[in-house]
Amino acid sequence: MMKTVSTITINLLCQALDFPGGKVAYISEMRFISESNDKRIPCYRLLDDNGELIEDSDIDQISKEVAVKMYSEMVTLQMMDTIFYEAQRQGRISFYVTSVGEEATNIASAAALAADDVVLPQYREPGVLLWRGFTLEEFANQCFGNKADYGKGRQMPIHYGSKKLNYFTVSSPIATQLPQAVGAAYSLKMDKKDACVVTYIGDGGTSEGDFHAALNFAAVMEAPVIFICRNNGWAISTHITEQFRSDGIAVKGQAYGIQSIRVDGNDALAVYRTIRAAREIAISEQRPILVEALTYRVGHHSTSDDSTKYRPADEIEYWKMARNPVNRFRKWVERNGWWSEKEESELRSSIRKQLLQAIQVAEKTEKPALGNLFSDVYDLPPSNLREQEKQLRETINRHPQDYPSDVPM
Amino acid sequence: MTTIFRGLGALTASNSFDSKKLQLPSPRSFSERKASFLLVRSDGSVNLNLGSNSRARRAEQLITNAVATKADGSAASTASKPGHELLLFEALREGLEEEMDRDPTVCVMGEDVGHYGGSYKVTKGLATKYGDLRVLDTPIAENSFTGMGIGAAMTGLRPVVEGMNMGFLLLAFNQISNNCGMLHYTSGGQFKIPIVIRGPGGVGRQLGAEHSQRLESYFQSIPGIQMVACSTAYNAKGLMKAAIRSENPVILFEHVLLYNLKERIPDEEYICNLEEAEMVRPGEHVTILTYSRMRYHVMQAAKTLVNKGYDPEVIDIRSLKPFDLYTIGNSVKKTHRVLIVEECMRTGGIGASLTAAITENFHDYLDAPIVCLSSQDVPTPYAGTLEEWTVVQPAQIVTAVEQLCQ
Repeated sequence: MMKTVSTITINLLCQALDFPGGKVAYISEMRFISESNDKRIPCYRLLDDNGELIEDSDIDQISKEVAVKMYSEMVTLQMMDTIFYEAQRQGRISFYVTSVGEEATNIASAAALAADDVVLPQYREPGVLLWRGFTLEEFANQCFGNKADYGKGRQMPIHYGSKKLNYFTVSSPIATQLPQAVGAAYSLKMDKKDACVVTYIGDGGTSEGDFHAALNFAAVMEAPVIFICRNNGWAISTHITEQFRSDGIAVKGQAYGIQSIRVDGNDALAVYRTIRAAREIAISEQRPILVEALTYRVGHHSTSDDSTKYRPADEIEYWKMARNPVNRFRKWVERNGWWSEKEESELRSSIRKQLLQAIQVAEKTEKPALGNLFSDVYDLPPSNLREQEKQLRETINRHPQDYPSDVPM
Repeated sequence: MTTIFRGLGALTASNSFDSKKLQLPSPRSFSERKASFLLVRSDGSVNLNLGSNSRARRAEQLITNAVATKADGSAASTASKPGHELLLFEALREGLEEEMDRDPTVCVMGEDVGHYGGSYKVTKGLATKYGDLRVLDTPIAENSFTGMGIGAAMTGLRPVVEGMNMGFLLLAFNQISNNCGMLHYTSGGQFKIPIVIRGPGGVGRQLGAEHSQRLESYFQSIPGIQMVACSTAYNAKGLMKAAIRSENPVILFEHVLLYNLKERIPDEEYICNLEEAEMVRPGEHVTILTYSRMRYHVMQAAKTLVNKGYDPEVIDIRSLKPFDLYTIGNSVKKTHRVLIVEECMRTGGIGASLTAAITENFHDYLDAPIVCLSSQDVPTPYAGTLEEWTVVQPAQIVTAVEQLCQ
């Protein structure tokens, strides 16, 4: 068969097709891409379950100071959760959410960041605030909603926020912080700041539309934001097998053109190293990174939940004891000669005392005055709110017996 | 898109315009307030010609108001105050550009706002001038780019978020109600959100139900936000500037049919007050409250009413949240009769809230129940005639005033 020169040329040129989006090779054999890879994305870890450095680990040692601080804060977080949870059970605070089992993800990721990095939490990351210097008193004040609370008593417990520590106030709706994080990264990009944005989300939150759009935006806008997904296995009672059918969350990064990594969220060293590296890439290359931290939610979803209703008690026990991130890191720190039983008991008793004291004081501190109901809705109160405040005060004056006596006017 | 303005002929031809002749028998059962159908069609630009003509003839009756555009209406002053003429969408752009020049933290984000210049050309040329980062094209996810704007605002920028059509902002409702309006409050004042959310809304040009939403109706309850609606090139620029400078989140409602209104505005810099209503035409007999496009239907009806011997006071409320009850109250105390003309639906619209607010505050001054003319509680149909009948027309306004003033 005689082919003309032009036909041959066309055949050669057609090795790749030109479409919006670039050249793409073609094949004549129909092939569906499998819904999953043969192997799951491997998980980066440095310490084994006994807190021993795995051989061939590519770690540059962290300093004793940082390691000890990390460990201490993990212990503090653990104890804060225990005592505040008990306080809720005793009726002293109305609600609480623990981060039990996720201490390494919380503290180690925070330790890898700089003070200028902006943090947008979901709600299970108080460890980040703790690392940055939020005091136990400040935590207690928010939980009790007293007048020392920076939120002025307007939010449920655990909705912490601190502008000076660059930690955006927790907002209840799931995943709304993700596009906001992209916006914050956009702001940093405009200012050419040597900082990035870090935002957290749970496995359940990745089902929200905002997750998809935020990752997409971040990639398109080349925004310096690190998305940390705490895959802790449960979204209240929804197990991850019912949440998505993909290989976790790390696999989704590529769908958006984002570099991603899966890390053992209960390995403080691995988390620390990963976030440091992610931060470096995000800022120097001005691109987003997706980090999936595999962990386990040991506690209930919140104090309004009893997770024994939907998962076996021995599963919880296993993760609480055998896979405990705090114990695991402790072993490594102790093995380095940086920690001892004596320091452990001193730390624990000191923290316990501080916590109990903080709760006692916060409980007794006055609630915010009535005027705080109406202020900060706008920068200045408009006439309708001034009117409504006036009406409310008049009502209270007429029926003082119905108004709580311990709330200042 | 211009339509044949049959009504114009009828109006100019006869001095005694009998609105009753225009009434068709109603095959459907509307409530009494919306009994009449209309033959009179209106189009924003034609209305303006009428409006400005009427303003020119009534120059001596108009009170110069710091926020109104009356100055350019009077023939005598046009020669001494040059100003410059432009279309409403250009006025919006001018305001936006001035603020972007003045404050480097002001940025724009939305779909096709960059080099495409925006669907209604409000951001035309800005991307070339300020760059692709400061005038940002976003992927199609309204909830997310609104969220992005909120995050940027909390980090120190002053974003202007454009919804290609206000109706699309329904997708952003979560971010707007749960975060935009709330975070300043729930953070205890630590984080402020000086964001402006703007876009074209309202009914017009046969865009179908999904593109004819009146979002002011749905947003009005959200605490922490302010809402304003522009209606002239003058107040469009002034409100845009004021909204950008405000520390609160502001939603600026533009109207699809008003973008091509031409007007002469001052060369000097000016800002309109976000919370103030605009006195369009002072009068004695009845207070007509309206905003956005309906202002032009009201002014057209006012022309007719004046011919019939009525003296309506027309106020463009402009500030939809909060209402300027001071200006409105003074008017009610003077005229004792109120007619509200809006494009929102009957149920739960701005008119419904305004009726409640006026009744509550000025009940003693009213000689008659407040009359509110609104669109029906139906999705806006595509067919031109049907669409027309969902919008309050001048003839209905005339009838309503006549009934109110009996």
